[in-house]
Amino acid sequence: MPTIKKTKVEFEGRIEEREVIVEEEHIERWARGATMRVVGKPTPRVDGVARVTGRAVYTYDVQLPRMLIGRFLRSSHPHARIKSIDASRAEALPGVVAIWHHDNPPPIAHLEGREVFDEELAYEGAEVAFVVARDERTAEDALNAIEVSYEPLPFAYNFETATADAAPDVLTGVDNWIRREGDVYERGDMQAGLADADVVVELAFSTPVAAHCCLETHGSVVQWEGDLVTVWHSTQSVFGTRSSVANALGIPMDRVRVICDYMGGGFGSKWGAEAYTLMAAVAARETGCPVKVMLSREEEHLVAGYRPGSQQRVRLGAKRDGTLTLIEQEARVATGAYGGDGPVIGGPANDLYRCPNVRTVVWSARANTDHARAFRAPGYVEGTFALESAMDALADKLGMDPLALRMKNYAEISPARNEPYTYKGLRRAYEIAAERFGWADRESRLPREEGPWRRGWGMASQIWGGGGGPPANALVKLLPDGTAEVAVGVQDIGTGTKTVLTQVAAEELGLPLEAIRCVVGDSLPAPFGPGSGGSVTLASAAPAVRSACREALRQLMALAAIMLDLADADVDDFTVQNGEIVYTPDPEKRLPFTRAAAKMGNYMIVAKGARGPNPEDRAINTFGAHFAQVLVNVETGQVRVERVVAVHDIGRVVNPLTATSQVYGGVTMALGYATTEARLIDPDTGLQLTANLEEYKVPVMADIPQIDVLFVDEADVEANSVGSKGLGEPPIIPTAAAIANAVFDATGVRVTDLPITPDRLLPLLVKARAEQ
Amino acid sequence: MTLLFRGPGKVPLTLNVNGEDVAVLVEPRRTLLSVLREELSLTGAKRGCGRGQCGACTVIIDDATVYACLTLAIDCEGRRIRTIEGLTDGDQLHPVQDAFIQEDGYQCGFCTPGQVMSAVSLLEHNPHPTEAEVRDAMAGNVCRCGAYPNIIRSVLTAARMVESTKEG
Repeated sequence: MPTIKKTKVEFEGRIEEREVIVEEEHIERWARGATMRVVGKPTPRVDGVARVTGRAVYTYDVQLPRMLIGRFLRSSHPHARIKSIDASRAEALPGVVAIWHHDNPPPIAHLEGREVFDEELAYEGAEVAFVVARDERTAEDALNAIEVSYEPLPFAYNFETATADAAPDVLTGVDNWIRREGDVYERGDMQAGLADADVVVELAFSTPVAAHCCLETHGSVVQWEGDLVTVWHSTQSVFGTRSSVANALGIPMDRVRVICDYMGGGFGSKWGAEAYTLMAAVAARETGCPVKVMLSREEEHLVAGYRPGSQQRVRLGAKRDGTLTLIEQEARVATGAYGGDGPVIGGPANDLYRCPNVRTVVWSARANTDHARAFRAPGYVEGTFALESAMDALADKLGMDPLALRMKNYAEISPARNEPYTYKGLRRAYEIAAERFGWADRESRLPREEGPWRRGWGMASQIWGGGGGPPANALVKLLPDGTAEVAVGVQDIGTGTKTVLTQVAAEELGLPLEAIRCVVGDSLPAPFGPGSGGSVTLASAAPAVRSACREALRQLMALAAIMLDLADADVDDFTVQNGEIVYTPDPEKRLPFTRAAAKMGNYMIVAKGARGPNPEDRAINTFGAHFAQVLVNVETGQVRVERVVAVHDIGRVVNPLTATSQVYGGVTMALGYATTEARLIDPDTGLQLTANLEEYKVPVMADIPQIDVLFVDEADVEANSVGSKGLGEPPIIPTAAAIANAVFDATGVRVTDLPITPDRLLPLLVKARAEQ
Repeated sequence: MTLLFRGPGKVPLTLNVNGEDVAVLVEPRRTLLSVLREELSLTGAKRGCGRGQCGACTVIIDDATVYACLTLAIDCEGRRIRTIEGLTDGDQLHPVQDAFIQEDGYQCGFCTPGQVMSAVSLLEHNPHPTEAEVRDAMAGNVCRCGAYPNIIRSVLTAARMVESTKEG
């Protein structure tokens, strides 16, 4: 039975007391080192064939009879007011079905309290008009034919310009500051920490605005059948989308079905109904035809969010032996015209090291851009770059090995929660990574110099949540031919969720992988599952799947008991071994799984399972260590990352094959963040200069270093019944600092501004040479 | 006689796609990608950018990979167009497809049809590529999920599979 429980919930670095729905799992935990048949084995994706044949249907691929195409006209100013709109020429074009805008608002004109077509346009790309047409070309012709007269308004394009004296209003009549006093975390006594320090380092950092660049852009396809609406939505949360669509349209939730079968990347940017979803739904209802709206690549850069840039300052104090006495970090971020509090940039500083005196603060302000969104380990990527670079600087000043400094300040219990961990494998991660990398004998292993190139080594640590938690459910149908359908209300955003949940079900049911069909990404057949954010999907959903499978087996065992003339036996005395149901007290009594199932005729067993509660008074975290080797060309400032060794502690690894892929992905994305990626805005016009995949430089195959991926792979049995934690976000967190630290090791130059591009690095190298 | 100028209204085209001639009636401004996807329901090739910057729309025309988003359909008459849908022989996957599954050469899979087509074309021109040659040949296919190390492995594995099929 579900109950309501007040509990501590951690999500993306924020810990709060929350009331959550909790059910019990009724299942024993998979022990550490337990012998597993399917779980823990490298397993190719169950939907691999669909992915390699082009048959996988993404939202972008949904094509329905009579389907119309919707497109937005968007503001070409960073801040403006609409003086007039004339859509008459566009409306007259053959094939144009409907056009809505400020002067001709749609039947539903608000989303989350905001006007969809506001008179004031507070960022480049703000919605000006929406066209529905028979095809994309016609829609584009119509957009070109709409005449808009704008009154340009003064703008502020980043934190500095928005918080300067006499800064213009980002939004008329609204304070540019989101929280003037900042989002503060503090423990201990900062004055005492400073007084205790023998050595202090203080550095300023900046990190770039980073774009998610999901290869499938944001979009929705909406179809009405009577008062039932089906929404195909490229989303990280089918249930989040269902409730937001129902709210936006003012209709009951049971009328809304959300489907996201295959999904082309989200990285934190794809959640509930957005303006394009609402307008697709309104247009589909008004026209009686399905309507599809996919953003263009340019729109994706303009309005689909980003990791905010940051200006940071870090001060560390330590005893001569390296013991930290003080950690201080402050950050300033702009989160857009309609943005909220910035991400938890202080998270790693608060929680990574044992240190009595810690203060972190994040100040957030508005700016004339679209709003910032979660982006793979929001805050922790920015914060870890600064913190772990500063730790490297501290090690240098102390004359200590950077790894030894980390070990010296290793936290045996959670510093921020002051509670023990369910399991912490960071020490193991350091050891494994250092050994694989050859950290101890790195100087003798490879030459320091090759022509103009200088080689260096650096490392950094990672902490993140990823423990998941309730509520999450799973539904299992055990069919008469001995196969099973498993429905879970999560979605596979490319991480392999469908595959790992199939593995968990196969393990628990004692069935081969091929006998399981797992359905995710559809709100209709599935019970509730969480959105894929905060690295919670596996740790939340897998225990629910186990629990549902166990319940289904109990029901089958009850049938088997009758068939074996053991009607009074305890169902928990039966197990599945090699396709047979076995009565463990008397193993002679057994029958094939399929025979017991066949007894059902065409009936089926239906079982529900729930994710049980997390342990009280325990911190659940993921950890990792990255070691990087770089070459720096001291004549050109070019940085070439040669090798990254990435070791992660995520509890039990369910699928080493897909887990390794996720780490490759995190390291690669971090490589872009560290060396090439930046969303740039022209200070004079307030317009984006990088709204495409040529000028916004994501890594390509030619850029990729050797990446060695290893796992601590110890089940976190206290965390949940599967013993696994999340991996989506951890591997992007420490890489940038490891690379920057390696650049310092190679050249003696500490780059504190990302990305480390030649135009930044070369002047620093020249300056350092002049000072020698 | 060939007309030099056709359009701007819809014009009849015959395209040879995956070995079959198909007739379509489309405006000359239509890209090959939009015709494949919207007229022929071949939705394997994707539009990641529409500007030749990501490679998700990669198809093979005659013997070379092209970005279908930058190619006009009207320019493809009389040429042999191959898409991901034409790679399989019934249920029999192409070795490159098998290798991508085995090596987990993808994550979200959105770029995969383009990656696979680039790999197929590479192996047709160079059956035994080195890792460096794979990196070079496939550098025009962006994978934002960062599956690159496994994509490289997939291509090298596929090359070995093709080789052993020949020997067998």
